[in-house]
Amino acid sequence: MRGAWLVALTALLITLLGASLPALAVDNTPALPTPELQTRYLSLIHEFRCMQCQNEALADSNVGLAADLRLEIHNLLLAGKSDEQVRDYLVARYSEFILFRPRMNLRNAWLWSLPAVLLLVGAAIAVRVMRRRAALPILDDESIDT
Amino acid sequence: MKRFLLPLGAFILLVVVLIVGLKHAPDKETIKSPLIGKSAPEFNLPKLIDVGQNLDASALRGGWHLVNVWATWCVTCREEHATLLEIQRQGQVPIVGIDWKDEDASALSWLAQLGNPYQVVLADRDGRVAIDFGVYLAPESFLVNPAGIIVEKQYGAMTMDDWQNKFLSHVRSSAPAGSAAPATAAAGA
Repeated sequence: MRGAWLVALTALLITLLGASLPALAVDNTPALPTPELQTRYLSLIHEFRCMQCQNEALADSNVGLAADLRLEIHNLLLAGKSDEQVRDYLVARYSEFILFRPRMNLRNAWLWSLPAVLLLVGAAIAVRVMRRRAALPILDDESIDT
Repeated sequence: MKRFLLPLGAFILLVVVLIVGLKHAPDKETIKSPLIGKSAPEFNLPKLIDVGQNLDASALRGGWHLVNVWATWCVTCREEHATLLEIQRQGQVPIVGIDWKDEDASALSWLAQLGNPYQVVLADRDGRVAIDFGVYLAPESFLVNPAGIIVEKQYGAMTMDDWQNKFLSHVRSSAPAGSAAPATAAAGA
C-alpha cells in the first residue's frame, strides 16, 4: 500500500518538474547560425550579471534589459566579435561589475595574491615552531619512568 | 600573556577591516559609471514630439545638457518629475529626455498630464541607446559638458539637493562669470 503511494507521488513530482521546464526557457533570442557561435553565446550569457537583479546571470533573467543585452551579445557575435571584445563592450558600458568573474588588475592584485601570501606566512610559522620544538631536550615518559 | 598579543592584534585588525568594509560597502545604486570622463555615446534618435525629426549626439555639444533617461513604466521617474520641472524652471541647463523602451502614446500623455520639463524628448524604443549609456535602472541622468563629455551621473531619482550640490557645481566651476548660458543646441523640442 505504501509502495503504491510512493510510486504515485514520484510520478506526480516528475510530471510537475516536467511542466515547469518550459518556464525555465527565458531566452527568446534567436539561435545563431552555427553551433560553434551558439556555444560561445551560451557560455557568454552565463558570464554576465543582470544589472537589474544582480544575483542572476543574463542567461537566467527575464528582465527586459537582460533580453536586450542577450540580443546585443547575439548581434556582436554575428558581427564576428571575439569573446574578449564582447566582454570589453559590456564592461565599457556597465563597468566591471557586470562580470561575475572580476578581472585581475593592479588595484585588486593584492586580493588575488593574498591566499598565496597567507600560505607562505603559515608555512614560515610552522617551520619556526617545528625548529623550536626540535631544539628542545627530549623528555619522553619512558625515560622518566626508568 | 605575550603569546596572546599576536592573535589578539590580528583579531582586532580583522574587526577594523570588516567594519570599514561594511561602512563603505558600495550599495547597488552607486556603481560608478565607466562613462564618466568619456564622450557621451553616439546616437541618432527620433524625436517623440516632432514626429519625423531626428537628433544626434552632436546636439549635446556647445552647451551644458542634462540627459535624463526615463519611462512611463518607471515608478521612480514619477517621483523625480517635480525635480526635473524645477530644474527646467531655473533654466540653467536644458534637459534632454530619452524615453526608454516605452510606448509613444503613454509618454505623450504623461508629459501632457505632469508637465514637460524637457527641451527635447527622444524615443529609444528598442533600448539600443540606453545600452550605450550603460543604463540599467531608470531614471538615470547624465550631465554632459559643452565638449560633449559626461561629467556626472545620477542613479535613481534626482533631488534638488543632488542637483544643487553634485551637478550644478560642475557647471558653476566652468562658468567664469558665474552664469551658465542656457544652450540652444538641442532647440526645437
